[in-house]
Amino acid sequence: MSEGKPLTNIFYVALTGNPNCGKTTVFNALTGLHAKVGNYPGVTVERKEGKLKGTPPDKQIVILDLPGTYSFSPKSLDEQVARDVLFNRIKDIQRLSAVVVIIDAANLQRNLYYATQVIELGYPVIIGLNMMDVAAKNGEIVNIEKISRRLNVPVIPMVASKKEGITALRQAIIEQVSRPAKPIGEISLFLNLPDYYKPEIENIAKLLRECGNAQVNPYAEAALIISDEKALGERGQNYPESVYDAVQEARKRIESAGGDWKTDIIGARYEFISDINAECVTQILNIQETFSDKLDRVLTHRIFGLIIFFLIMLLMFQSIFRLAKLPMDLIATGIGSVNSYVVENMPTGVLTSLITDGVISGVGAVIIFLPQILLLFLFLSLLEDTGYMSRAAFIMDRLMSKVGLHGKSFIPLLSSFACAVPGIMATRTIESNKDRLVTILIAPLMSCSARLPVYAVLISACIPDIKVFGFFKLQGLTLMGAYLFGIILALVMALIFKKTILKGEIPMLLMELPPYKRPTLWTIFRHLWDRFVIFMRQAGTIILGVNIILWFLMSYPKANVETKFNEKRIEIINSTLGVSLTSDNLDGFVKQLKEKTKLTNETETVENKLLSELESIYREEVSERVSNSFAGKLGRTIEPIIKPLGFDWKIGIGILTSFASRETFVSTMAVIYSVESDAQEESLSTLANAFKEQKRSDGTKLFTPLTGISLIVFYICALQCAATIVVVGRETRSWKWTAFQWIYLGILAWTLSFLVWNVGRFLGYS
Amino acid sequence: MTATGQSLTQIANGTKCVIAAIDLSPEARERMFELGLLVGTTIEVVRYAPLGDPVEVKVRGYRLMIPRTDAERIFVVPPIIENKG
Repeated sequence: MSEGKPLTNIFYVALTGNPNCGKTTVFNALTGLHAKVGNYPGVTVERKEGKLKGTPPDKQIVILDLPGTYSFSPKSLDEQVARDVLFNRIKDIQRLSAVVVIIDAANLQRNLYYATQVIELGYPVIIGLNMMDVAAKNGEIVNIEKISRRLNVPVIPMVASKKEGITALRQAIIEQVSRPAKPIGEISLFLNLPDYYKPEIENIAKLLRECGNAQVNPYAEAALIISDEKALGERGQNYPESVYDAVQEARKRIESAGGDWKTDIIGARYEFISDINAECVTQILNIQETFSDKLDRVLTHRIFGLIIFFLIMLLMFQSIFRLAKLPMDLIATGIGSVNSYVVENMPTGVLTSLITDGVISGVGAVIIFLPQILLLFLFLSLLEDTGYMSRAAFIMDRLMSKVGLHGKSFIPLLSSFACAVPGIMATRTIESNKDRLVTILIAPLMSCSARLPVYAVLISACIPDIKVFGFFKLQGLTLMGAYLFGIILALVMALIFKKTILKGEIPMLLMELPPYKRPTLWTIFRHLWDRFVIFMRQAGTIILGVNIILWFLMSYPKANVETKFNEKRIEIINSTLGVSLTSDNLDGFVKQLKEKTKLTNETETVENKLLSELESIYREEVSERVSNSFAGKLGRTIEPIIKPLGFDWKIGIGILTSFASRETFVSTMAVIYSVESDAQEESLSTLANAFKEQKRSDGTKLFTPLTGISLIVFYICALQCAATIVVVGRETRSWKWTAFQWIYLGILAWTLSFLVWNVGRFLGYS
Repeated sequence: MTATGQSLTQIANGTKCVIAAIDLSPEARERMFELGLLVGTTIEVVRYAPLGDPVEVKVRGYRLMIPRTDAERIFVVPPIIENKG
């Protein structure tokens, strides 16, 4: 092909339309797996593009999937980006060769509002009239030829969920880009406006044309900046001062003629659309209630709606924890066996330690939560694609509005109980930036599944196993209390944020309740895959890095304790077996001993007992090494800070290492307290028993109920999760907010733990 | 403000009526207009959410939820004749 100038053969085609018009399904069908997901420069709006399948080899057509949009007067970042792309205002996107507008045939009028706005821009436009089957079910016959004639663009009937019309659309796109490029068309507007508007639009269009750089049909741009204050901007901001002044004068003349420049153009467009609708759509059946309406009767019913909602949420959580358990156990076992394989087959040393304790357990920390995260994403996209998500918002809106949020924040917060990462990624559906930020800020207060092992070990170590009121187990109540405390704290913080730093006019939530749809497998799969890639790329690398740093902190500097512990080993071997071993042949002897015991199946032999004693010497050695490492030193350094909370420096090491992920606390404490720790269930009680034996320097018990509660409160609040921090950074695109969240949660953790510990002691608890 | 007709929240579920006035902030009004809720448009209250807020309405063949406080500022009159919406 023409290798010299490859750029001339790349064509950009934008795919746009209202939310819920089936645009994503069309995009997936057009591009297959060849899609790239990224962000638009400087904003968190997802940029999705893919090569059109079936393009002739001499061309390359890139389909750009714009965010769903209702109009050119953006109410969210998503809508703003969509408009800016179409107005050719985004630098690294080249001029569009064509625009495909997807229209929901069953919701023709509102979809045409946006479609006519796009057509007016003057690009070659192809309309995909989607959901023809739904329209037919509603008893509507849409006359394709008539619509095409009225709008003067090709219209392709489609049922994207059944792949109908995809080939025709692809063909139309290829044909369109094969035609020689024409300058932007100056077509007349689809508006039934009063006569006094015409000279005004004409005049502004002339000015726009004169100042050069007209990217789109100047008539369309003129109409937009007359009616939309934000599009016009401040004097000299978006347009030259001459244009700004002319628009202001035009608005004054319109007002004196009795017009309302803010809404007349919208009304004029809908009038035009009503005409098209009357001319092109024939209602052959008068269907009072569609299947979707009947479903809504039950699903949003005053009583059944609430019950079903709670059942769905319950089912979602039950299955996340139950279904994820098996793959999570498998992953844990897999990592364990890879680790022991490396240990057995590599010489003992720094490299092996780095690979096993640093890299493998780092990778493990990333993928262990993948089953949960993916399952959660699966549920979220099911809720979204069936249309139930907006019903959930409808049902929960009242409750959420009490803390200044609206219904759309509910599902992301709920998801955060499994894992804050998908929860925070799900906040993208919240249009208001401030609401989205508040939701992100409070999401980590929902106790995620990584906190459960921490709560579990602390509760069984610190809370007495007794019953209150005859049948409630105190331990169970404490666990419930931990979850409830997080929820209440989150709601209080939301209220505080909405009243202070994120104050703002409460945005009106006008949310569409689209008809229920059967989700397509392909769309869901694609959705999952995209999330998976984002998670692995963003969070995976960082967690791995953090884990290697933690490994370093826990392994260096190397304390010289080997001789001391080897002497211990020799002593115990010599006294048990009556041999006279020296440090020279210790390693070889232990190896022989291990092999010998492997051969015999008896477990009660002297050799076996000796081996388990050697094992506990090994754990003591590791514990002493950690105590002398950088991590141990750091633990001692922060002791003055955490002492007022009732914690000692060893707990300090646990808190420090939890930074990668919270459940690391359990394994770190196991190392420090020289307990055997593996995935077995009895290890929890072994560890809890080790906790119970710990004493403060004055000889009193360290893990009293009060210490336990103080530590649990700390873990509820503190943001000790590298993955969450990375995802928040990515989603907010602001290190300031990311830092703010980490700091505010840290302060909250310290203050509340301080209060628990000191008020508790003041009241006479220990 | 003098507004004609009844507030949308005073209308019984399932009753069709016509928007007479939208007494909201300019931005909110603009958004309502863009979504097809104009003066003269037929609107029907479908139902209220289980907890009483927001309200689900049917307009131009699709469904939209509107917060109760905003719905209170939408004024409607009964349809006079067969009104194309």
